[in-house]
Amino acid sequence: MAKEVVLMKGNEAIAHAAIRLGVDGYFGYPITPQSEVLETLAEQKPWETTGMVVLQAESEVAAINMVYGGAGSGKMVMTSSSSPGVSLKQEGISYIAGAELPCLVVNVMRGGPGLGTIQPSQADYFQTTKGGGHGDYHLIALAPSSVQEMADFVGLAFELAFKYRNPAMILADGVVGQMMEKVELPEFRPRRTEAEIIAQCPWATTGCKGRRPNVITSLELDPAIMEQRNLHMQAKYEEIQAKETRYEELDCEDADYLIVAFGSCARIAQKAMEHAREEGIRVGLFRPITLWPFPAEALAQRAEHVKGLLVVELNSGQMIEDVRLAVKCSKPVEHFGRLGGIVPDPDEVTAALRQKFIHP
Amino acid sequence: MKEEIIIAGFGGQGVLSMGKILAYSALMEDKEVTWMPAYGPEQRGGTANVTVIVSDDRISSPILSRYDTAIILNQPSLDKFEHKVKPGGVLIYDGYGITTPPTRQDIRIYRIDAMDEANERGMSKTFNMIVLGGLLKIRPIVTIESVIKALRKTLPERHHKLIPMNEEAIHIGMDIIEEVTA
Repeated sequence: MAKEVVLMKGNEAIAHAAIRLGVDGYFGYPITPQSEVLETLAEQKPWETTGMVVLQAESEVAAINMVYGGAGSGKMVMTSSSSPGVSLKQEGISYIAGAELPCLVVNVMRGGPGLGTIQPSQADYFQTTKGGGHGDYHLIALAPSSVQEMADFVGLAFELAFKYRNPAMILADGVVGQMMEKVELPEFRPRRTEAEIIAQCPWATTGCKGRRPNVITSLELDPAIMEQRNLHMQAKYEEIQAKETRYEELDCEDADYLIVAFGSCARIAQKAMEHAREEGIRVGLFRPITLWPFPAEALAQRAEHVKGLLVVELNSGQMIEDVRLAVKCSKPVEHFGRLGGIVPDPDEVTAALRQKFIHP
Repeated sequence: MKEEIIIAGFGGQGVLSMGKILAYSALMEDKEVTWMPAYGPEQRGGTANVTVIVSDDRISSPILSRYDTAIILNQPSLDKFEHKVKPGGVLIYDGYGITTPPTRQDIRIYRIDAMDEANERGMSKTFNMIVLGGLLKIRPIVTIESVIKALRKTLPERHHKLIPMNEEAIHIGMDIIEEVTA
């Protein structure tokens, strides 16, 4: 049978993928530009078909704590929001990371700081990859650049979250959330049964008949034990860094210059690259797909034979720090960004490339 | 083939839904397609625009610097997008409310008085389909059959009785669009 291809927004693709992948619960609070996630779930009424719970919480803080509870019982649970809402969720995210629970948080970024604007931004890169909440933890952060990836990364995020018992984030922005593209949705998969959850998640609070109780908490008052817990988490992060980096390279083989960009910016940069190549400037595109773990080694290798790197972001220069660390200052690394909800067009990126490297 | 299109006008004119119908029609023909709206407060009473890209190959940027074709439905949009049409490209505009018509010599300019036509015929709800008809006459990006197929697929069944009226609107648009010669 031919696979069904549909046309939808990135936000809608997230909702449809979640239903089809057998997600147990979604807890959210509306905020532009990601409200279509909750709206689509409400339209689809999955509680009538798969039994998935969809709940509009009274606040973002409530929603993330519902996710904490659901995740503790081994369920596949998620929330979504946009920048100011994700800031509110940070305490809960830190607790979930500290309790080592799997879940999915989607951030469809908008311009900040503060309430900012509803237009697209990538200014939550630091928040996502360098902490956000308190304590020594990391999120597994995936950056989709198409509607297809919005759908695909729901499954990937849950797979990694459960594999490592760690919260995962899809870090998108208003462009990827609001645009419509063709998408092939995942096959329907039933929600896991209670028996399957017990087998898959021996750590979960599934009812302790016949076994010792599982305790889910991020609190440990004995610092010696807390250090051991932290060391265990650090070992896990090292494993994730070694095994789970993902990236895409376009036209890098003969490139004199590399553009490094993620999410929507990578799409804009790709067009800028096409324009530059028409002018005879050999440009390649390196697109980190996992922002944490950052594909530092692959980027360093690719950067060996180029004259310079241009990092393009919808922020004032955040991922550029990871790019500089990756290439260890062996090459010039420049930045081009627009702020506060302004999205550059491809010509601006090509002009920046020319100005920084060709005719400085 | 690849066609990079901007559709721009007032909020409420059906700019976004016209783009959507075009995008769905391209999907019916198995083409790659991206539909990127200017979302947010711009939609409410102000100007609305949507970029639609239809291509045989993978599409790079959903946001563009220049367009093959611009469909312009009010003066602010004309001011904003006339200079962004690629040389040799196409600009289609509705004359309703236009005080300063386009002047470029290096593009092909067409006028379609769809607003007047729709009002005269009492077809104001299919105004955007008249415009779409004009576009398809000049740039046959998708077939009318694909548009009808797309309407069938996207409209709820209870609205399928409106499809013939939409088809009529497309044909009217094809009839009334005229090239503007400088």
